[in-house]
Amino acid sequence: MITATPPVKEKQNYLNAEHGLKSWLLTQDHKRIAILYLIAVSVFFVVGGLMAVLIRLELATPVGDLMDSNTYNKVFTMHGVVMIFFFLIPSIPAILGNFLLPLMIGAKDLAFPRINLLSWYVYMLGGVFGVVVLLSGGVDTGWTFYTPFSTTYSNGYVVMTALAAFINGFSSILTGLNFIVTVHRMRAPGLTWFRLPLFVWAHYATSVIMILGTPVVAVTLFLLMLERGLHIGFFDPAYGGDPVLFQHLFWFYSHPAVYIMILPSMGVISEVISTFSSKKPFGYTFIAFSSVAIAVFGFLVWGHHLFVSSQSAYAGMVFSILSYIVAIPSAIKVFNWSSTMYKGSVRLEAPMVYALGFIGLFTVGGLTGLFLSAMGLDVHLTDTYFVVAHFHYVMVGGAIMGYQAGIHFWWPKMTGRMYPKAAALVASILTFVGFNFTFFPQFLLGYMGMPRRYHVYPPEFQVLNVMSSVGASVLGLGYLIPAIYLIWSLKYGAVAGPNPWGATGLEWQTSSPPPTENFEVTPVVTTEAYDYSALEVTQVG
Amino acid sequence: MLEAKSFELFPEAASTIAGHVDAFYAFMVLVSAFFSLLIAFLVVFFAYKFRHKPGEKVVYPPYDEHSLSGMLLEVVWTGIPLGLSMIMFVWGVSIYFTEARPPADSMEIYVTGKQWMWKIQHMEGAREINELHIPVNRNVKLTMTSEDVIHDFFVPAFRTKADVLPGRYTTEWFRATKVGSYHIFCAEYCGTKHSGMIGTVTVMSEADFNAWLGAGSGEGSMAEQGQSLFNQLGCGNCHASTLNNQNGRCPNLVGLFGAQVDLKDGKKVKADESYIRESVLYPQSKIVAGYDDIMPTFKGLITEDGMLKLIEYIRSLGPKNGVINSATPLPVQSGDGSNVAGKPVPMKVPGAPPSAAAR
Repeated sequence: MITATPPVKEKQNYLNAEHGLKSWLLTQDHKRIAILYLIAVSVFFVVGGLMAVLIRLELATPVGDLMDSNTYNKVFTMHGVVMIFFFLIPSIPAILGNFLLPLMIGAKDLAFPRINLLSWYVYMLGGVFGVVVLLSGGVDTGWTFYTPFSTTYSNGYVVMTALAAFINGFSSILTGLNFIVTVHRMRAPGLTWFRLPLFVWAHYATSVIMILGTPVVAVTLFLLMLERGLHIGFFDPAYGGDPVLFQHLFWFYSHPAVYIMILPSMGVISEVISTFSSKKPFGYTFIAFSSVAIAVFGFLVWGHHLFVSSQSAYAGMVFSILSYIVAIPSAIKVFNWSSTMYKGSVRLEAPMVYALGFIGLFTVGGLTGLFLSAMGLDVHLTDTYFVVAHFHYVMVGGAIMGYQAGIHFWWPKMTGRMYPKAAALVASILTFVGFNFTFFPQFLLGYMGMPRRYHVYPPEFQVLNVMSSVGASVLGLGYLIPAIYLIWSLKYGAVAGPNPWGATGLEWQTSSPPPTENFEVTPVVTTEAYDYSALEVTQVG
Repeated sequence: MLEAKSFELFPEAASTIAGHVDAFYAFMVLVSAFFSLLIAFLVVFFAYKFRHKPGEKVVYPPYDEHSLSGMLLEVVWTGIPLGLSMIMFVWGVSIYFTEARPPADSMEIYVTGKQWMWKIQHMEGAREINELHIPVNRNVKLTMTSEDVIHDFFVPAFRTKADVLPGRYTTEWFRATKVGSYHIFCAEYCGTKHSGMIGTVTVMSEADFNAWLGAGSGEGSMAEQGQSLFNQLGCGNCHASTLNNQNGRCPNLVGLFGAQVDLKDGKKVKADESYIRESVLYPQSKIVAGYDDIMPTFKGLITEDGMLKLIEYIRSLGPKNGVINSATPLPVQSGDGSNVAGKPVPMKVPGAPPSAAAR
């Protein structure tokens, strides 16, 4: 049983505790910092999304009629850089993780509140560099910055873009550091490791990747800047460098970075499926340890991006088999989530529909990863639209669906207000349908041989490209509708109450929105997580 | 084939490897479809069957996950994916090793990528841009390099591709099975006109191909052009290119290609394309045992295309393990007209017009 605080007065919470811009910009409250991140990350999502709109418009016809090749290359580069470094990587950890981690473990705040605020400013500084690049004409390297194109031949603002990602990385490191220390040191009395919500396990595993992987990409981007600016030879053979070395260094971070994006989403899904089935997740320990396994093995698979790059065939074999090994923990999670619903009490509220959509799309994304781990098949598929479809299924179908499930799940906790549920159901279904129409045709395009990053393409690829563009407009609607009703709900939404979903986590034991100090009395945990028998049945529904 | 088709779902299969890749792909699609549908079915079925009924309260806990049946389930859904993925791993590797290893009897063609075009050189001398003519039913090996950034030579109809890197040689091979025209795409993003770095492979019957090759460039075979370059750059001042000549300053190049070379530091290296390229551009990096570090660099004095010609010339000077590539016309070696394989080759005097057979 959880010893919860008595309900506090509705009026006193972290949102109305202080007023004025200064109270936000200098706040050390993890919940307010989460809101700062929410606003900034949403702005970048809009920027990256607009780039996606331009890409899909251009590709509706085989010829380049909307923009020239140079502009197109800059647009897909900004789409990738903004979506990965400024949206996907910070989205769930820096917004939901920041907001929920202390609440879930019964703490007043993260271990280092000032560092937490610093991480937001570092993120914004990186963002400023990104925006400066965008406004001053962009860059055309692709988000992967492959050398020697980026260091010698690109005609955009390569150093400035690399600097934006470089600076942004430090914000990631600071967040990861904060989470790890917090989970180790700040847990409420009685909250043992195996009583932690799976969301916390997922964020712990993510944080380990953040602090071990991000420094490597920082070093790599630094070397890139040195070669671009000072012609010190690391990667360009003209200066005595090795062009493939960059790819090894880059993917050593950037493949684990995929797990930085997907693991927090998996944490969200575990919470949502359990809550809306009113049942403890099936295989709690398997889900928890599969997150750790993904974090560990994720560091050993980077070479599967290099099967056609002249990498040794024997090295390729090692990377191939390890890529299959890292897929197993993901399969375990999917089976356990599905089984959680068995003999549960399933309610198809919007967060649950998003979560079920996640399971479907992530399953396809994961299975198509097996195609690309197979060396002989990857030779045909790599650098085609098959890869584009695969990683959008994982990152958009997986990570963003999870983010939306999480936002819809915890919105009443964060704001104290409930959004219109019918509109949310429509949006979740539109997102699922629109997503599949957008990206499934791209698998077919890829097997037919359409290379990625093509501004113009042979006419036989047009039908599938038009399908993809039409699907993208449905998907866009799926993103637009929540933006409207969520903002609307801030003022007009029904008052949510402390636990509108009948969930078990400690965060639901305090008022919505929570008070600045989270809990009036530090909770003492005496039971395992997801103990639905302790809940009043009247809270459900 | 490139004839106007507005819509299709599968690319033409026009190489020996394509069938293997397609079969493997079909297997992967079936496995994926099975698991996707299974998960989709379970999720939808459970959501309906166990839907919340007002007033209902779940009996907690409904089962013990650490029970035997719970553990058994975990073992089953760990074990089955693991077993299936090991099949995928082995199958994928076996196809890859076929794709990655050109057969010894392959016909050699050289490819130089640059922003934004493909330059092709046939050993017989013919050169083409963004076009590649090859005979049907013959193993073709491409040796590729780039003048600038990383490119990738991708022929979807052959189901194969390989990165084309600056500063080193990569290979790609295929055996076309159908006469026709197929796309060449650059698959590694290479800058502004990346999507314009495309071309056409034309697969011809043996007879048509020989006729096409006979039309030639009029500049002689690659080896002949390499020999002129060799003379022009003054390589022969130090490096002997005839068997009897043992000029003491530098290694004799006869019989070098494909042989093991003993280096000064005690290591051994195979004299392949990359070794020769490195020795011309960075002569100090690998010194042959018994010689001094006296060779000047030729960096900046020779183009990538020229380098390939020079390599082809050195290859023509000596066979590897006594096997001569049948497509390689050997130049006359003064003082010793015979060649190791004993295969008759057209005689050629430097400076004389190239014979038709040599092109």
